[in-house]
Amino acid sequence: MNIQIRERPDAASSTGIKTAIADCDIHPARATKDELYPYLAKRWHAHLETFGIQAYQGMMEGPPYPKAQPNASRRDAYPPEGGPQGSSLSFMQKQHLDPNNVALGVLNPLATGQGLRNQDLAGAVCSAINDWQIEKWTSKDSRLKGSVVVANEDGASAAAEIRRRAGDKNFVQVLLLSRNVEPLGQRRYWPIYEAAQEVGLPIGVHAFGFGGNPITASGWPSHYIEEMVGHSQCQQTALASLVLEGVFERFAKLKMVMVEAGFGWAPSLAWRLDKVFARLHSEVPHLKRKPSEYIRDHIWWTTQPMEDPESRDHLFQTIEWIGWDKLLFATDYPHWDYDEPSRVLPAGVSDANRQAFYLDNAKQLYGIA
Amino acid sequence: MTSPIAGGVDCDLHPAVPHLTSLLPYLNDYWRDQVTTRGMTDLISQSYPTNSPISSRPDWRPAQGKPGSNLADMQHQALDRFGTAYGICNPLYGVQMVFSEDMADAFCRALNDWLVKEWLDKDDRLRGSIVIPVQSIEKAVAEIERCAQDQRFVQVLMLVMGDMPLGKRHYWPIYAAAERLGLPIGIHAGSAYHNPPTSVGWGSYHIEDYVAQAQAFQTQLTSLIVEGVFARHPKLKMVMLESGFTWLPPFLWRLHKFWRGVRMETPWVDRAPLEIVRSNIRFSLQPVDAPPEPETLNRLFDHMQSDELLLFSSDYPHWQFDGDEVLPQGLSQELVRKIMIDNPHATYPRLKVGHDPERWPPVFGQDHAQN
Repeated sequence: MNIQIRERPDAASSTGIKTAIADCDIHPARATKDELYPYLAKRWHAHLETFGIQAYQGMMEGPPYPKAQPNASRRDAYPPEGGPQGSSLSFMQKQHLDPNNVALGVLNPLATGQGLRNQDLAGAVCSAINDWQIEKWTSKDSRLKGSVVVANEDGASAAAEIRRRAGDKNFVQVLLLSRNVEPLGQRRYWPIYEAAQEVGLPIGVHAFGFGGNPITASGWPSHYIEEMVGHSQCQQTALASLVLEGVFERFAKLKMVMVEAGFGWAPSLAWRLDKVFARLHSEVPHLKRKPSEYIRDHIWWTTQPMEDPESRDHLFQTIEWIGWDKLLFATDYPHWDYDEPSRVLPAGVSDANRQAFYLDNAKQLYGIA
Repeated sequence: MTSPIAGGVDCDLHPAVPHLTSLLPYLNDYWRDQVTTRGMTDLISQSYPTNSPISSRPDWRPAQGKPGSNLADMQHQALDRFGTAYGICNPLYGVQMVFSEDMADAFCRALNDWLVKEWLDKDDRLRGSIVIPVQSIEKAVAEIERCAQDQRFVQVLMLVMGDMPLGKRHYWPIYAAAERLGLPIGIHAGSAYHNPPTSVGWGSYHIEDYVAQAQAFQTQLTSLIVEGVFARHPKLKMVMLESGFTWLPPFLWRLHKFWRGVRMETPWVDRAPLEIVRSNIRFSLQPVDAPPEPETLNRLFDHMQSDELLLFSSDYPHWQFDGDEVLPQGLSQELVRKIMIDNPHATYPRLKVGHDPERWPPVFGQDHAQN
């Protein structure tokens, strides 16, 4: 797999004007291991050299579920000047942003301080990543916008970092991951939600993360594909936790984006929540509305990896259950399961829905003129 | 309302063990002594707190004792009411939850014997599931082989949340025994609580645990399919019990997409996930996690792309529906017949085999080997 047997159309040379799109999930990478050092205090350089990064999982190098290709990224996305995929702005512009007419690209850095066990290090690395996003990416290409990454297990540190970035137009959201030490609705994470609501940033919850819990409720599975598919189930339970803990009741203006976790499961989860809530609402009296109503009002969904049923009617019916106004197009560049913008939506979508799907929903949510 | 038709198979009934002392007659001297000396009183899982609204429909809740603990109630409220020809008993007593595999084995054997004497022997319509001590493969297989001599045991029962994902090779001797003996594996909602009850940790509420059952079933289906259980055991049927089913189509879209992308990792998976589900996996009807409008539900059935996946269930005495609305509105008569009769009989071959009391030498209490 992933051996290119068919030439990918060279987007750069295609003729005609493409409609502008928003890409709500782009993963910037560091070209070298020490690219972050200028943004970190000296003590952390020595710490990292001596002890490395210790997350809530056992491997110092390499993942326990090896990816199916290097860096889980496209083999054609290595920059000509070297470094891993996604580490060069000029090559990202040439390969993706320019030819696909990306008007808004939301950066979601994944290798940050999130999921680290040492909370001081986590906070330092996250803050450094945020500075790095500005200096390397958003200040050099105004189409790109950053995500504020935070030490997710340390509410006070995370809230301080969010407030430090308040009003900074380089950032359009706060980024969390779905897998944490506890389900995301738990109170240890509420300072993050309070700060995000205060500064007016949505929270993106990207699939993945390290929290120390097995990726199934029945223990650790064997294969990479189980981890890949399992992120969707993690996202479902994380969202159920957010709803049932009353996060959207308490933080009524908070908006959240489910990133790279699928959206096809949303209707079934919402129906299940409503059905069980009808029986068990006395256990969660802090909820004033049906669970599905919180989801409808507070949750947006990025599209990649796009739901891909055999019948396009099944796709359209599913989207109608969620709402065309809630989907945000994303490619996941430069990862291997990248969605090609021109091939994601089947024929039969109205111009208005197409425009909302590819661009307008994102501009509205992220406050981009 | 869609009316049930007579002669159906109710694939998910929950007879309740009144108290741990109810099992004492089915334990040997050693374990009977352990229970009394150590002051053990009951084995009730957090998955189904006795007084939770989920655990019993209000009008099915007895004045005293646990819901589902009385045969006459079950006959009156479910078997007679829905014209059931066969009812499959899936006991949810917390016998798999203890961490000692020896104790779990003793309790499982007692529970299975209790089911025979207190339920199956007292109503010809009832059939049973074999509860197994999953922590010990050797003991689990032995218990399957022991109980399978009685044709009224029609399936092996496991919980959806245990120690390891169910596709793991560790469990395959269980599947080999089940396939050989014509027993589907029933996987029921519930956790042994040997792992956190969600894949992102411990939540705060019972309602979270219950909602999360659906996600646990999804991860188990992934495991069972990609580990290659059905390539090795093509005749083995597995039944997801109290799992919900409306999550299945989008789950399969995602699994299929990633399988196409990284199938080199699991080359033994010789068919597409959807095909494997169609041939080997079934789902109990209740709960129906969908809005009440027939139009939406029929769209969901269309998304499932098969009318052979669902098996009738009341989930008695759990509270999944009110009145006689055991079937959701808007089902065609043809689909009702498939769900209530054809699909269960195609899944449980032992239903067709008559019960022969001579072939079931009961092995009770004192005769159990001490572990």
